[in-house]
Amino acid sequence: MTVAMGTLKAGEPVFYVVDEHEHPEGSSTMLGFWIYLMSDCLIFAILFAVYGVLGAKYAAGPAPKDLFDLSLVAVNTAFLLLSSLTYGFAMLSMQQNRLKAMQAWLVVTGLFGLAFLGIELTEFAHMIHEGATPQRSAFLSSFFTLVGTHGLHVTFGLIWLVTLMVQVKRFGLIEANRRRLVCLSMFWHFLDVIWIGVFTFVYLMGMLR
Amino acid sequence: MSSDVHAHAHAHDSADAHAGTRSGQLIGFGASVVLTAIPFLLVMTGSLDKQATALIIMAFAAVQVVVHMVFFLHMNTKAEGGWTMMALIFTIIMVVIALSGSLWVMHHLTTNMMPVHEMGQTP
Amino acid sequence: MFDTANLTKLIFGRLTLESLPLHEPIIIGTFAMVALGGAALFGALTYFRLWGYLWKEWFTTVDHKRIGIMYMVLGIVMLLRGFADALMMRLQQAIAFNGSEGYLNSHHYDQVFTAHGVIMIFFVAMPLVTGLMNYVVPLQIGARDVSFPFLNNFSFWMTTAGAVLVMCSLFVGEFARTGWLAYPPLSNISYSPDVGVDYYIWALQVAGVGTLLSGVNLICTIVKMRAPGMTMMKMPVFTWTSLCTNVLIVASFPVLTAVLALLSLDRYVGTNFFTNDFGGDPMMYVNLIWIWGHPEVYILILPAFGIFSEVTSTFSGKRLFGYTSMVYATVVITILSYLVWLHHFFTMGSGASVNSFFGITTMIISIPTGAKMFNWLFTMYRGRIRFELPMMWTVAFMLTFVIGGMTGVLLAVPPADFVLHNSLFLVAHFHNVIIGGVLFGLFAGIAYWFPKAFGFKLDVFWGKMSFWFWTVGFYFAFMPLYVLGLMGVTRRLRTFDDPSLQIWFVIAGIGAVMILLGIASFLIQIAVSILRREQLADVTGDPWDARTLEWATSSPPPAYNFAFTPVVHDNDAWWDMKRRGYARPLAGFKAIHMPSNTGTGVILAGLSTTMAFGLIWYMWWMAAGSFVALLAVAIGHTFNYHRSFHIPADEVVSVERARTELLAAGAKS
Repeated sequence: MTVAMGTLKAGEPVFYVVDEHEHPEGSSTMLGFWIYLMSDCLIFAILFAVYGVLGAKYAAGPAPKDLFDLSLVAVNTAFLLLSSLTYGFAMLSMQQNRLKAMQAWLVVTGLFGLAFLGIELTEFAHMIHEGATPQRSAFLSSFFTLVGTHGLHVTFGLIWLVTLMVQVKRFGLIEANRRRLVCLSMFWHFLDVIWIGVFTFVYLMGMLR
Repeated sequence: MSSDVHAHAHAHDSADAHAGTRSGQLIGFGASVVLTAIPFLLVMTGSLDKQATALIIMAFAAVQVVVHMVFFLHMNTKAEGGWTMMALIFTIIMVVIALSGSLWVMHHLTTNMMPVHEMGQTP
Repeated sequence: MFDTANLTKLIFGRLTLESLPLHEPIIIGTFAMVALGGAALFGALTYFRLWGYLWKEWFTTVDHKRIGIMYMVLGIVMLLRGFADALMMRLQQAIAFNGSEGYLNSHHYDQVFTAHGVIMIFFVAMPLVTGLMNYVVPLQIGARDVSFPFLNNFSFWMTTAGAVLVMCSLFVGEFARTGWLAYPPLSNISYSPDVGVDYYIWALQVAGVGTLLSGVNLICTIVKMRAPGMTMMKMPVFTWTSLCTNVLIVASFPVLTAVLALLSLDRYVGTNFFTNDFGGDPMMYVNLIWIWGHPEVYILILPAFGIFSEVTSTFSGKRLFGYTSMVYATVVITILSYLVWLHHFFTMGSGASVNSFFGITTMIISIPTGAKMFNWLFTMYRGRIRFELPMMWTVAFMLTFVIGGMTGVLLAVPPADFVLHNSLFLVAHFHNVIIGGVLFGLFAGIAYWFPKAFGFKLDVFWGKMSFWFWTVGFYFAFMPLYVLGLMGVTRRLRTFDDPSLQIWFVIAGIGAVMILLGIASFLIQIAVSILRREQLADVTGDPWDARTLEWATSSPPPAYNFAFTPVVHDNDAWWDMKRRGYARPLAGFKAIHMPSNTGTGVILAGLSTTMAFGLIWYMWWMAAGSFVALLAVAIGHTFNYHRSFHIPADEVVSVERARTELLAAGAKS
């Protein structure tokens, strides 16, 4: 493109690119996916706002102190943090074209993700068993929705992870798959950032009330 | 340079930029562990009074978000010609407006419109 | 194990024969007409063997130009439906006096005004605006397509799927009876137990996915695919307003998605977000939906501002006055539109401090809008103005929109709003800005870019008929509503007790009939133009002596838009090229890399429709099955690596040679 970039040969303006490179496919993907993440971030912002407004409306039902088990949340947070680290290692392996190591790190990441979901579901089941259902109060409605939406994202992340591992196994580390792995990496780390908000504002602040 | 090579190099660059380095990952992870552990400990032990704890854990959360953005999401002002950073800043503004606006508006509504006995309901 | 009743329930959910509105003669009549028309269309398409052509060339296309045209068709079809609703309301309100119940029962009337609002905003204004952006933006920035051509096709079909669901509600079940924003507690399951609100929710959710993705797509396109030399401050104003609109879409539609999801949780799961019990707060819904709702207004009007800017400078033969201020005004409006949402519910009771903050921000937003108005006026000042159709719409817009803007500022004063809230004054105000702003802008845009899309101009006589009927009809239809609103008449009323009001409703009804003639003239205009396409043909590709890049290529543009990517040196790139002796490249063409068509978008949108239908009618097997299929198709699509092809150089050569010959023939005659 440099050839045509407006160099005025002898005063003649250049009005079109003669020696053109193809737009590399997927050159907008990273930006597009980032913008999608930003929109997803706004969905979470609304759920946080709802929790902020309705989170103290217990309707004479259970409050955070009666329900939350912080040590469980701490373990869960650790799993998610570790999964972020292992995904980071997977990306490093990808960079070095070490396919097997990358797949192994992805498996580890997936397992941490599964463990996170398992603990979260156990927590939910326990709460529902105690009568703290999403229908019980506005606080519980907004709690289950906010934490559940995050969990749903993790679930989709896991489905995506498996899909990409199959892709890589079949087609190798081709350009398209590298791009997808980077997108999933952004998605995964983004969920971690959201979780910081969840454990701080829902669990820790909830216990302070 | 053929277009294929060009495309490959281009995408490769951005993929690499998103991988970071091993030390970067570990630093980020270490910082996150500390930034997560301290708020949990503060709340679980209850060693400080509530207001101080609340302020500290919120500050730690803010710092941890930045740590994740830098070390895991590899945010910087140069990627994609600064557009990712621009999008992030714009989103933060929108999030702040929507969050604080809703809280402000609904708080005033509650104080103005709700009968007093309703307000005492929260334990 | 099941007895028959249980089995039927399992299969059909709550869909029974009673769900079909067999007792409503008006709907049956409509259904008969739609069915006849549909059968005729289906028969004609089959007879002329057009299905294959439509599928291969249109439905599965990833060409932004064809997708843009399909959006426009969708918008115009839905305009007919939305306007039919408007006409029904006008008739009802004109006759329901002196103890008369009119001809619509309340069950039906409430659906009509809800459907009118929903359709006009989501399935008329949005598709028309998106369609124009889709068609024009890539051409204006000298790109071959959008950043994500497949997503573009998918977005279109998701929007269509939403429209299909709304249309479906007319004949199977019913639509919401809640007003266009479905405020709880009325929209909660206890007060609206039937399917109406569910149709509303899922139609908007499905269409919302499409809108959001097309927003992401166009942002990326504008950011990444501009022709070399086109810096941000050299972008055409329409591209700028499109960028801001799509930023607003991405920043506001997630809010709608979230709030509708919470409402559906209330309805389906029994949570207590917006209920009256257990700590729920209906006003939170109102608060949240307007965080989306106010930016939405600007999503619609900003592209219209862009269109007026292009039209004004083209038909005044001058560079746009105050380009920089225009850009900054647009950006300021984008940000400010996020800070005014509470003015839609001043009466909620947040108190003086909150109300005055939002009242002031609302008044501030009229400043950049006013600046734009002056920019257009100064562009026209001492210009050689050609009063072609687009320019006529623009002048009508300036006059009408200023009135709407001023009534808007009146409403921004909280004490005044306490009197005027939910009155016909408000109804008159937002029709004044949406018809006078968005719709006039869209008609200007259609008249302006139609020759680009089809290679011939629109017929002027019928265009003028449409213009005058619309403009005069608008004033007849809505000025009486201002009067009625000041007298205290509230919106959405079905019958009236005070006979002295009737005359105003009759005048408004006459206005609506004039608008009907305006719409009819518009359709006739298109038909006549197609018949007279030989006389109206434009071979130059630049029938208006215009200024921006889309006019540099042929009309209609080839699939690849530009044989060589243009290089931009000036704000008005094409004007600059013409002035400095640009010579069209005649040789050296290369093969061009293009994305391939795919049917995946249609399939995904179809599955979304069946999933939504299953959810609406509690046919859980259908919803679950469609969801699994949706996931499978989406994942399967990632395994498809045949996504692009090359247009061979020979083909480019022959297309370009044909254009050369056409240009030469045009120059001779």
